[in-house]
Amino acid sequence: MLKSVFRRPEKFRVFRQMFFSEVDSIVISSIPLVGFLSIFMGGVISLQTAANMGSPLLPEYTIGYITRSSTILEFSPTIISLILAGKVGSNIASEIGTMRVTEQIDALEIMGVNSIGYLMLPKILATTMFLPFVVIISMVLCLVGGWIAGVQSGLYSTHTYLIGIRAFWYEDAWYVYYALVKTVVFGFLITSIACYYGYYTKGGSLEVGRSSTKAVVAGSVAILLANYVITQLLLV
Amino acid sequence: MIIVDNISKSFGDTDILFDINAKFTEGQVNLIIGASGHGKSVLTKCIVGLHEVNKGSILYDGRDFTAMNRRERIEIRKEIGMLFQGSALFDSMTVEENVMFPLKMFTDMSYEERLERANFCLQRVDIIDKNDLFPAECSGGMQKRIAIARAIAMNPKYLFCDEPNSGLDPKTSIRIDNLIREITYEYNITTVVITHDMNSVMEIGDHIIFINEGKKWWEGDRKEIISTDNEEVVKFVYASQFMQNLRDKLIN
Repeated sequence: MLKSVFRRPEKFRVFRQMFFSEVDSIVISSIPLVGFLSIFMGGVISLQTAANMGSPLLPEYTIGYITRSSTILEFSPTIISLILAGKVGSNIASEIGTMRVTEQIDALEIMGVNSIGYLMLPKILATTMFLPFVVIISMVLCLVGGWIAGVQSGLYSTHTYLIGIRAFWYEDAWYVYYALVKTVVFGFLITSIACYYGYYTKGGSLEVGRSSTKAVVAGSVAILLANYVITQLLLV
Repeated sequence: MIIVDNISKSFGDTDILFDINAKFTEGQVNLIIGASGHGKSVLTKCIVGLHEVNKGSILYDGRDFTAMNRRERIEIRKEIGMLFQGSALFDSMTVEENVMFPLKMFTDMSYEERLERANFCLQRVDIIDKNDLFPAECSGGMQKRIAIARAIAMNPKYLFCDEPNSGLDPKTSIRIDNLIREITYEYNITTVVITHDMNSVMEIGDHIIFINEGKKWWEGDRKEIISTDNEEVVKFVYASQFMQNLRDKLIN
């Protein structure tokens, strides 16, 4: 299947249109949800960290430092990808699955269109290339959420929080690289697994629903496994 | 002309088609009839290459489709138009975009040229001023006509129609049948229609093949089917008492 996905598109102009359409429907449309989740999760991470900092030996800026590390290492790349595996994965699997059961994919094949490449390549490339930008937005908003929550509740000052955010940055900056590598892999897994389950749907509307569920479950499991492998390879 | 030469098809251990031979001539409406589950759709999908045959060959004007690689098959497929049972229009595209789609994928025509061709095809099937509707906003009969317009957009040499009348009222069915026949004669297309509809058999069946239990059971035209004494064909075509009485009247 992957060989057909990456075969040269029949018409580059059509591919370009499809690609930007997928960037819009998969990536841009996810930004409001990602933004909302990130702001609130950032707030919760920093409040929980502050609530559990009982020792006077720990400096207050640790709250900002832990919020930053949790966000960059795990929340933004992994949890956001898991959430998108649900939103994007089910959407793609049901869209392609419906095309399969209503013979639209057969119609493409009869016309001589490489249906796998036509349907899957724009989705896979759009997600793989642009999901890292969504994750960067998530990281920023998560840190903003942490700042708003802490300052509003009076647990720490803006100055202390910013010190924490900037602490040990030269040593930890490459966590961003690690997070973006993970995101590229997760983006590929989310879309390719969803496309696979959608494309090989057999039957009717009931099976389209099943394919959609399978795509989300398999996509989530694949993300968790890949997360472990990448962490082992890059961090340990 | 399409020649089906001794093809067989099985899925796993289940044999579906057995040594089928057929010749579909250009400028004729060729019908494949038979009961549900006896292999008509599989035969058609084998002919257009959606299923690979286990044995035999399919020749499109002497070109062996079964022996071709993917790239060569694409060239043949550009000459094929197909009308699916459920129309298979792309839901995310408007009527106009659906008809323009094959032109956009396989020609270097400008947008204006594609639009002109799409409008010509839509007018040919009596769809006027509906360009901006989506398939879901069209009736079943209209969807079939749009699908015919899309199928003829590339000036196909071969037209396949999978149960074009399913789910349509008799009046609309006749309209679709007439359209298929007119297009076939007008453009000298090799048309293959799968149908259960006996009205279609009597109206447009220039050449008819009856498939039963995966085998070609009978072959003839719409006049011969009235007088045939082939037991299985008679049971299928004249299943109701009304049709049997009609047949007796016609023969006598």
